[in-house]
Amino acid sequence: MQLWEIVTLLDAKVLTGGSELSREVEHAFASDLMSDVLTVDHTNTLLITGLSNLQSVRTAEMSDIGQVIVVRNKEVSVEMIRLARASNIVLLTSSYSMYRVSGILYEAGIEPIF
Amino acid sequence: MDLHYDIKGGDFVNAGHASSSLKKVLKQLNVDSRRIKRLVIALYEAEVNVVAHAYRGTIQVQLYPGEVEITVEDEGPGIEDIEQAMQEGYSTASPEVREMGFGAGMGLPNIKRNCDRFHIESTPGKGTSLVIRNSISD
Repeated sequence: MQLWEIVTLLDAKVLTGGSELSREVEHAFASDLMSDVLTVDHTNTLLITGLSNLQSVRTAEMSDIGQVIVVRNKEVSVEMIRLARASNIVLLTSSYSMYRVSGILYEAGIEPIF
Repeated sequence: MDLHYDIKGGDFVNAGHASSSLKKVLKQLNVDSRRIKRLVIALYEAEVNVVAHAYRGTIQVQLYPGEVEITVEDEGPGIEDIEQAMQEGYSTASPEVREMGFGAGMGLPNIKRNCDRFHIESTPGKGTSLVIRNSISD
């Protein structure tokens, strides 16, 4: 599924990477625990997280995860946006909960990792 | 080629700076992306460990033909029982560290999993030294 479809399904706001929404996403991983995210070894993955700080973007950068959605409208700092841009990461926010985001994407055919 | 980075204990804003910089260097050297990922994940976890537990630390990266060696040394409380610290789930991290998304006792196991060679030494009350070595070519 392409990222723009995910943006539509989740009524998400696009904070960075607006021109990258044709990227293909096959898997998603939902976690607030960054060490757990660092064990993910799949490509074309979306990180769903409630953790809105620099480390969630850094973790995506290190894990080669190209897209991150911060749930429950958590405030996203300017530094996070800057780092996401520099790392070519599409950063999204949604007002939906992690459970709802995961449910919608699972139903839409996005594969779980574990 | 050698690279050197300093880390300040408690400085979560810059945690990951060295890993990010190393990632760029290895990309420029056309290292395979899976090998880069293994190395930078190990280094990132090591950086977070220094920020989370120590007062200050240094990272020394030595690039050899086909291999990278990284030495992470810190001044800090050290580790009393390394075997225990290596067990997944064991953690002495503060609530602040957990709020940053770490501190679940996965750091050292994650580092080991992503390294070809891994050596850790620690003196309680003084600090910890970690040496990791990975191949970067086939």
